[in-house]
Amino acid sequence: MTGTETDVIDVLIGIAPGSPLDAIRARRPEARTHAQATYRALFAPQVPGDVTAQERFAVGAFVAGLHSDAAIAAFYAAGLAAAGASGALREALDAAIAEAGAHGPYGRYPAGPLSREDVSGPAYRAGAETRRVLGRHLAAAFEHVHLLVFHPRDALPGALQALLDAGWSTTGIVTLSQIVAFLSFQIRVVAGLRTLAGRP
Amino acid sequence: MPDTVLVPPDHTAPVTFTRAQLEWLPWLEPLAIEAMTDRHLASLVDAARVKSPYFRLLARDPDALEARTRTDKDIFYNPDAGLPRAERELAAAATSRFNGCLYCASVHARFAATYSKREADVQRLLDDGVTADLGERWNAIVAASVALTATPMAFGPEHVDRLRRAGLDDLAIADVIQAAAFFNWANRLMLSLGEPAAAGA
Repeated sequence: MTGTETDVIDVLIGIAPGSPLDAIRARRPEARTHAQATYRALFAPQVPGDVTAQERFAVGAFVAGLHSDAAIAAFYAAGLAAAGASGALREALDAAIAEAGAHGPYGRYPAGPLSREDVSGPAYRAGAETRRVLGRHLAAAFEHVHLLVFHPRDALPGALQALLDAGWSTTGIVTLSQIVAFLSFQIRVVAGLRTLAGRP
Repeated sequence: MPDTVLVPPDHTAPVTFTRAQLEWLPWLEPLAIEAMTDRHLASLVDAARVKSPYFRLLARDPDALEARTRTDKDIFYNPDAGLPRAERELAAAATSRFNGCLYCASVHARFAATYSKREADVQRLLDDGVTADLGERWNAIVAASVALTATPMAFGPEHVDRLRRAGLDDLAIADVIQAAAFFNWANRLMLSLGEPAAAGA
């Protein structure tokens, strides 16, 4: 499969074989191959691990939606639909994106000289209806996603305790964290290179 | 035993951005070395990383860790033209400064200073933040990294134009983009799975 599968970053930017950006990506071949390998590890893993396919795409679609990039959000929303998500779950995702939007990065520093750079902003708690549809496990994940996307320097051990309390395992939290962190990379590579390609 | 959050041992938490060596203390249990399979060990890529609690924690999802590390190495170490290593590290340090990752900023500010020999400028980035005046070429790299790091992203054609005026070709601009993007990945893991500590404290 590896040789023939579609490279998600190329697809999302619309990189045609032989184009200038194709040549630029080819100069960093390991980064190109392993960005795609990370996508595969997190969204089409060989063993499901502690996180279901539907949860992976629900989280991915939420991360992408919070970045307000229509093409990338549509890609992960389609992945969620293909993973068998109900209409109610997809509606809850859209509601969560609408209720959780913010501008990052903000957050607090450890008390001291950097406190003057503290920037306050919201901590997301899923609304009652969103929480009912998502369920406890996924609602806790979405609250953690918002922290990582918009204000990661606010992270404290209590955020991990909240995930454990909602039934996440340590290994599941590592996978969840990698999904959010990797997409924070993938989305920026797409946005950045797309802007570069649009400025020949 | 149910999974639990770890309470780090007594330590001195850094309260400023620094180029000094820091340690990183995990909030979740890394894999025990003796419990690691061949797959876990291979996912570290560099065998010496078995000593790192950060990498032994990430090794719980070995396929994601290995692919992460190979992506990282090509973006920063690939010597084929593009952006000089010092300025890839500058983009990493600026991203970390803007997101607020003291640990990541310490490592990559050290690298940026080592490869550029511009210790004072790197220190100014740490002390004064991402609006520090570092000369136009570095200012353009920092501004592009910051714009790409904002959520939603604020990176636009004006950043590409400014980088070109500063002398970067398109491969070098792609390196700025990938270096800043990669630290949006790394910062989030480092900030949310543990905390920095002054070394030897």
